Amino acid sequence: MKTFRYLNYISFSLLFSFGVASGSIAQVDTFEFDNDVQQQRFRTLSDELRCPMCQNTNLSGSTGGVAEDLRREIHRMILEGMSDRDIERFMFERYGDFIFYRPRLTAQTLLLWFGPLFFLLIGGFVARGIFKRAKEVGDIESKLNESQKARLNELIGEKQG
Amino acid sequence: MDKLKYFVPSFVFIALAILLWRGLYLDTRTLPSMLIDKPLPTFTLAKVEGEPVSNSDLPDEIFLLNVWGSYCLPCLIEHPTFMRLSEEGEIPVVGINYKDQNELAKDWLDTNGNPFSFSIEDLDGRFGIDLGVYGAPETYLVDAEGVIRYRHVSVLDETVWNQEFLPAIAELEARSN
Repeated sequence: MKTFRYLNYISFSLLFSFGVASGSIAQVDTFEFDNDVQQQRFRTLSDELRCPMCQNTNLSGSTGGVAEDLRREIHRMILEGMSDRDIERFMFERYGDFIFYRPRLTAQTLLLWFGPLFFLLIGGFVARGIFKRAKEVGDIESKLNESQKARLNELIGEKQG
Repeated sequence: MDKLKYFVPSFVFIALAILLWRGLYLDTRTLPSMLIDKPLPTFTLAKVEGEPVSNSDLPDEIFLLNVWGSYCLPCLIEHPTFMRLSEEGEIPVVGINYKDQNELAKDWLDTNGNPFSFSIEDLDGRFGIDLGVYGAPETYLVDAEGVIRYRHVSVLDETVWNQEFLPAIAELEARSN
């Protein structure tokens, strides 16, 4: 009897891991809504909220127990007339920033939101510096008179030769 | 001084390498609990044993709140630790039987032993959501006023008990004296 129970555990885990592997397939929802707007809101919310258990799937794509419960909660809250904001706050109070695939803008996520822009700016300044320098070098060369140019070529020739 | 700027790329590289290296070993699976230093959510449920239970039935001293289920293999691994803690009277342990079936839960307690003062039956996982639970086992440290002070996700063995819970409890006791 006990062996059978363990066999049960194992086959359940196996089944479960397959479920995770094919996690991108949206779960078929059997929830009923009053209208299409509510249904659309449900889709958007469960697409943009992340499953806390199987971490790289959203709620709509996850077979995890907690994802199932959270979908049920979203459904309940939509029917109770709560706004998307209210529902997001509900999720945040329990699972924190992690639950959002689209992170909120806070002091902690500032770097996440504007880091790329910051690095782009640095890159821009560096590139500008390089181009400016290249232009200055070019300018110096064109300012030389004929004999200086000849001398320059001679020196370069010497080095290369 | 002017030469220093030639080393800037190397410095940037080293800084980035350290950052990414650390990133490789970050634990991204364990989520921080949002309920630390917040009161335990209110609940009116039933015990696995049958009687109704709510916040006022909780111990009025520091206690552990352990999320478990008969389907949960890691719960069996941490089970001996909870047995020891409750047998030696070190700390009261209250269970949350999370998304389980009553019969299976009772069987599990009969077969393996019951370390819990009682187990709160959370059949649909609704109380679990209020707690921010995302899978059994999880263990919360709750103080005498019913405020959540610490959460450990996954197995709580003797090592975790000694390294995480004992210091947290000592800190709580020092604060209340």
